Amino acid sequence: MHIAHRQRSSAAEELELIAPSKLAIEDVSKSFKGASGAVLALDRVSLNVAEGEFVCLVGASGCGKTTLLNIIAGLEKPDSGTVCTDGKPVTGPGRERLVMFQEPALFPWLNVFGNVLFGLKLKPNLTNKDRHDVAKYYLELVGLSRFERANIHELSGGMKQRVSLARALAPNPRMLLMDEPFAALDALTREQLYGDLQRIWKARNKTIVFVTHNVREAACLGDRVIVFSPRPGRIREEFAVDLPRPRDINSVDLAVHATEITKALKSYSQLEVAIAE
Amino acid sequence: MKRFLLAALFFAVLLMIWEALFRAKIWSPVLLPSPRQVAVYLEGAAVDGTLVKATIVTMRRLLVGYIIGLLAGLPLGLLTARWKVWQDTIGTLALGLQTLPSVCWVPLALLWFGQTEAAMLFVVVMGTLWSVVIATETGVRNVPPIYRRAALTMGSKRLHIWFKVILPSALPFIVSGMKQGWAFAWRSLMAAEIFVTILTGFGLGQLLHYGRELSAMEQVIGIMIVIVVIGLLADKIFFSPIEKFLHRRWGTSQA
Repeated sequence: MHIAHRQRSSAAEELELIAPSKLAIEDVSKSFKGASGAVLALDRVSLNVAEGEFVCLVGASGCGKTTLLNIIAGLEKPDSGTVCTDGKPVTGPGRERLVMFQEPALFPWLNVFGNVLFGLKLKPNLTNKDRHDVAKYYLELVGLSRFERANIHELSGGMKQRVSLARALAPNPRMLLMDEPFAALDALTREQLYGDLQRIWKARNKTIVFVTHNVREAACLGDRVIVFSPRPGRIREEFAVDLPRPRDINSVDLAVHATEITKALKSYSQLEVAIAE
Repeated sequence: MKRFLLAALFFAVLLMIWEALFRAKIWSPVLLPSPRQVAVYLEGAAVDGTLVKATIVTMRRLLVGYIIGLLAGLPLGLLTARWKVWQDTIGTLALGLQTLPSVCWVPLALLWFGQTEAAMLFVVVMGTLWSVVIATETGVRNVPPIYRRAALTMGSKRLHIWFKVILPSALPFIVSGMKQGWAFAWRSLMAAEIFVTILTGFGLGQLLHYGRELSAMEQVIGIMIVIVVIGLLADKIFFSPIEKFLHRRWGTSQA
């Protein structure tokens, strides 16, 4: 009787809101060996992200924003500097920081449900029934309950990214790291996902670091927008976006912010050109 | 149903052409028996048990050797994909030996093992092994790195990644390697059975050989048909369902 009760509560426990992460990045540098010598991808980058904050990193391609995301994820190691989540240094990948990639990294040998279940199966303290219930909850949250038995190749690009989102959310991470997850989608699907992501972020209370080169997207999603410049990758400026949510990507207020950020971005890339000349 | 009828019609026509050629008496009936004579031989051999016994002997040799080849080939393929040292040594060896027609192992096996079951087994294992090694290695190398990264962030570790990510991801390659290994093993076993007459078992290849010795063409053709049918059945019963599943899951098209 007691055991049965504990099993029942476990799925619910698993779905309970947990405190989102606090992130502290200090003086992180990273260089890569390229064909033309070492390239400084990140040059003494420092950034703090508050619990439950939605932060967007924007910049031209090659500015190191994806490298920074990979370092936060623990997939790459910085040459120097530290990354701490909730006061503890990041030493490797871990499921409290899940990543959503630009290309859907869904596993083609599993169906939609199997993909969402993958991360849950790696959580030891759950029964199979709990895992099942949790996976169902997240598929419902991203609006794909009807497709749980579908094969991955049968889904549209937008649906694949929804499944990726469900898979990243399912193990209940404290932080989501998103690397241009909507870049390959058409505009209409993207707009829909902006709405969904804002709703899910509020509902599940996560810290989100979101990398993009789309300024409007950054202004629409972020509490703060961090502007990067390339070669060497540096943080140049940051903008607080204090518009009420949920935000509409087409709103005029948002366009004002986006214009301001774009102006800053351009000035840094011109700066770069001037230095090069 | 329509497809089945069409296929049935095709084979009926083939039989009719054969019968017509026989009746035209272009070749001596010793060289070209009628379909009926072959059927009579097959029926007789089936009733007195030679056919069943020979099939069992052959299939046992094939399956034992094939399974050994698979069990050795899979881990070797994984090792060659994972570590450079293995790739440069076993990998290169596998690549070289795979180009060697597996029939070429028969003389060596005969000298090493004599007229024994071990010689048969050796030839079948050699036929299977290298294809499986190479297919596994290729499959593992073709796993998109992003799968590994995604699995890592979800808390998957070394062995878990190998079994739950890399192996399943390489499955289409591995299955085609298994199929090729099967084909090579089957061919080399037939060659070995024709060359090697041993007393521990009388396989299909040996029946074929004695058919020739006795100039019993209906036996030669009858056994050839049996061999073809076994090959077809292995494909339809074992490989086809797996391939269908892979095509459905991965979305690679198959009509």
